[in-house]
Amino acid sequence: MKQYETVIGLEVHVELSTETKIFCGCSTKFGGAPNTHTCPVCTGMPGSLPVLNKKVVDYALAFGLAANCHINQLCRFDRKNYFYPDNPQNYQISQLYVPICRDGYIEIETPAGKKKVRIHEMHMEEDAGKLVHDEWEDCTLVDYNRSGVPLIEIVSEPDMRSADEVIAYLEKIRMICQYLGISDCKLQEGSMRADVNLSVREAGSTEFGTRTEMKNLNSFKAIARAIEGERERQIELLMEGKEVLQETRRWDDNKESSFAMRSKEDAKDYRYFPDPDLPPVYISEEWMEEVLDKQPEMQPEKAERYKKEYGLSDYDAGVLTQSKVIADVFEETAVLCGKAKKAANWMIGETFRLVRERGISPDEIHFSPKHLAYIIDAVDKGEINQQSAKEVFEKVFDEDIEPKAYIEAKGLKIVQDSGLLEQVVCQVIEKFPDTVREYKDGKEKVLGFLVGQVMKEMKGKANPAKVNEMLRSKI
Amino acid sequence: MEIREMTACTLGQKIRRHEIGVKEAVKASLDEIKKQEPTVHAFLSYDEKMITARVKDVEAGMKSGKYKGPLAGVPVAVKDNICTKGLKTTCASKMLENFAPVYNAHVIDQMEEAGMIVIGKTNMDEFAMGSTSETSAFGITRNPWNKDHVPGGSSGGSCAAVASGEVSLALGSDTGGSIRQPAAFCGVTGIKPTYGRVSRYGLIAYASSLDQIGAIGRDTADCAALLDVISGADAKDSTSVPGMKTDFYENLRESVAGMRFGVPKEYLSEGLDRQIQKSLMDMIQLLTQAGATVEFFSMDHVDDVIPAYYIVACAEASSNLERFDGVKYGYRSAAGEDLHDMYKKTRNEGFGEEVQRRILLGSFVLSSGYYDAYYLKALKVRALVKQQFDKAFKKYDVIIAPAAPTTAPKIGDSLGDPLKMYLSDIYTAGVNLAGIPGITVPFALSDEGMPIGFQLLGDCFNENKILQAAYTLEKLRGPLPAAWERRSDRS
Repeated sequence: MKQYETVIGLEVHVELSTETKIFCGCSTKFGGAPNTHTCPVCTGMPGSLPVLNKKVVDYALAFGLAANCHINQLCRFDRKNYFYPDNPQNYQISQLYVPICRDGYIEIETPAGKKKVRIHEMHMEEDAGKLVHDEWEDCTLVDYNRSGVPLIEIVSEPDMRSADEVIAYLEKIRMICQYLGISDCKLQEGSMRADVNLSVREAGSTEFGTRTEMKNLNSFKAIARAIEGERERQIELLMEGKEVLQETRRWDDNKESSFAMRSKEDAKDYRYFPDPDLPPVYISEEWMEEVLDKQPEMQPEKAERYKKEYGLSDYDAGVLTQSKVIADVFEETAVLCGKAKKAANWMIGETFRLVRERGISPDEIHFSPKHLAYIIDAVDKGEINQQSAKEVFEKVFDEDIEPKAYIEAKGLKIVQDSGLLEQVVCQVIEKFPDTVREYKDGKEKVLGFLVGQVMKEMKGKANPAKVNEMLRSKI
Repeated sequence: MEIREMTACTLGQKIRRHEIGVKEAVKASLDEIKKQEPTVHAFLSYDEKMITARVKDVEAGMKSGKYKGPLAGVPVAVKDNICTKGLKTTCASKMLENFAPVYNAHVIDQMEEAGMIVIGKTNMDEFAMGSTSETSAFGITRNPWNKDHVPGGSSGGSCAAVASGEVSLALGSDTGGSIRQPAAFCGVTGIKPTYGRVSRYGLIAYASSLDQIGAIGRDTADCAALLDVISGADAKDSTSVPGMKTDFYENLRESVAGMRFGVPKEYLSEGLDRQIQKSLMDMIQLLTQAGATVEFFSMDHVDDVIPAYYIVACAEASSNLERFDGVKYGYRSAAGEDLHDMYKKTRNEGFGEEVQRRILLGSFVLSSGYYDAYYLKALKVRALVKQQFDKAFKKYDVIIAPAAPTTAPKIGDSLGDPLKMYLSDIYTAGVNLAGIPGITVPFALSDEGMPIGFQLLGDCFNENKILQAAYTLEKLRGPLPAAWERRSDRS
């Protein structure tokens, strides 16, 4: 049987998290009541004109520079003309002829080592509104809140060969955006969207096969399934001696299959031309330098620094820096409590455990570092034991409660009153005379049992070291 | 002197001196409108309630010293493609028949800050596409000088309103001559400023890279005063030029001594009406006698202007007019069976023939396979046209040009042959391709009693020079009769 190789290129849309839209002053906030974040510009009213939000250029530049792109210092906006109600002007302002960035690359990790995925070009554009179908009234309504939210579209070369590489590439893009603070890259909310261009060819061939483009992929899992499904469909066609048609297909993740949306023949003619309402954007050397100066520490440097500054292992530093949110919480906690290694353990252990259990992304954690720092300190001072600490942290993780108040309210604090402890110790010694005798005969190990009994009586709220010490002296 | 005979600046001065009340000025205008509209039809709408409320504001503002400019209290007519908050803005199209914007164009805000009073909205060619104002969906406008003739276009309503005495001032827009040509046909003064001088925010776009709002008045001083009001940077229009507040009115000077004028020989080809040619020679003589130097020179690419202009303008129009789709506002066909059928029927029923023709032309020149051959080539020609003007302005302060090959044609004579109509823009469209300013000054009357006007063109941001030349030429020419003074001659 013939061996086939999969060839994949990606078009990734990333919504930029600027305060205002790309061509007007409306808010970009997600989830407002329909059509409340709108104005004459982003609803395409007659006579309105777009004015470029410079912040969008800052963000696009930041990504382009981080992705090793060539910057077109004089770039332009073009109109992409097509009729659809989510697009109020019936043209989208985008960049075709001279996009802001070209010819970059992103490095991903593969089982075979590091690999460069080349970026063909990256451009700025505006998002469209959303159609909402009202089942009750049987009509379709339009919400223009998203209309004009800034996007960058990153177009890769056909350099990926498997779903794993695609996911690694997407995760890398997400990490870069997050580190730069230019997007939250949430696939589910649509702030990151990927279209997959895929073809197959016989292993060893240098010619590309005919490709299809797949749309509607809104999770990493859906992307992986869609790639697998489309790869199989194309190989099957070729094995049957049929042709793969160049077309756009829509992936249905519930049915786990794709269906054709439109063929190359019905491909729309977008009649792109330079937007006469927007002068070309000139990006001076100074502007680029300003953006570079503001470029924050990226993941590799951060991991390196964690190793040096906090004495973390390669592994720990790597895990903590995969998500910038995690890294930030870790570092703030470490600084607050002065115990980096312990902070790292709490992040890698308990935090990640809860992230998995709650089924959320690491970026979604929202507890205050000062609360975790407090817990770490409390354990160290012997105020609470490890078990209580985990209980308190779970509350902090979920609700970001004030740990101090919670410990007090729940009575988790270890009892420092040695009078009470002494009383309990004496009771236990009286209660287990045989065990006490065994200890006296030199069976050191049984002391553990006695400590356990005291702790049980104290409902865990005693300092085990102290109990240990008191038992020895009493016996 | 009757109010209708006054220039805007004279009226403004009398209002400031309390010789005429704001209410009185507005009433005179409204009375004239009521009298003339049945035959002229320069206006598409006016709202007396809104005007009454506005008059009160202006009276209070003048009392408190808020409004003190030369045009405070003066009524102004506005072309119906310029957005006026709460007042219908139709572009003379069925598509926008009931459209009332929720915002003002920047120029309207500026005029209101200057204490001016928007009297009403004027007729035009549908979406400013046409040279006669006959493509309006709401009836034609007649030339006040002779009701059998068109006023020109597309700002025909604004020019006719000024010529008929209904108002002393109006706003127009000029994409390929739409202020300068009807100004010549109606015997009024009209200026198209440098591209970027005036904000386009709220001007419903025909061709964004060519459109510019301008002033229409009885004389040069009126145009200068209104241009001072509407010029200046606007943060809402990225193509408006920063830091350009002007003082044209105060700086008007009467002198052409030492000024260098150039006349492109190519503009005097056989297509130009003989009476207009003769008037041009008279004008040259007057300027020369007043100490100016006037030279004929050769300009390349004059014949390429029309094809390049129509390709660029239609291409941009095809995209600009896509938003009129029946979804959000304006006309929607009731017959649409599904979304795309609704789009098609709405646009087919809502747009007139000339608009549809230009949308088709524009869509064609932008479509893949034709883009390079038409659109890109037109952009190259545009750059060459600009170069020709740049070269000329190294030698001359002002270029003299006819405004049109003929005086105003008769109603019904133009639309049958669109190509011929397009070719009549030959003297005006190049100015928009180059982005330079141009002013039309009335100069004479033809044997048939129709106005003849000429354009004075300047280099970018040199409005001061063409205004000075126009102002001086008015004095050299002497007073011309007004349309209403000639009307008794006519049927």
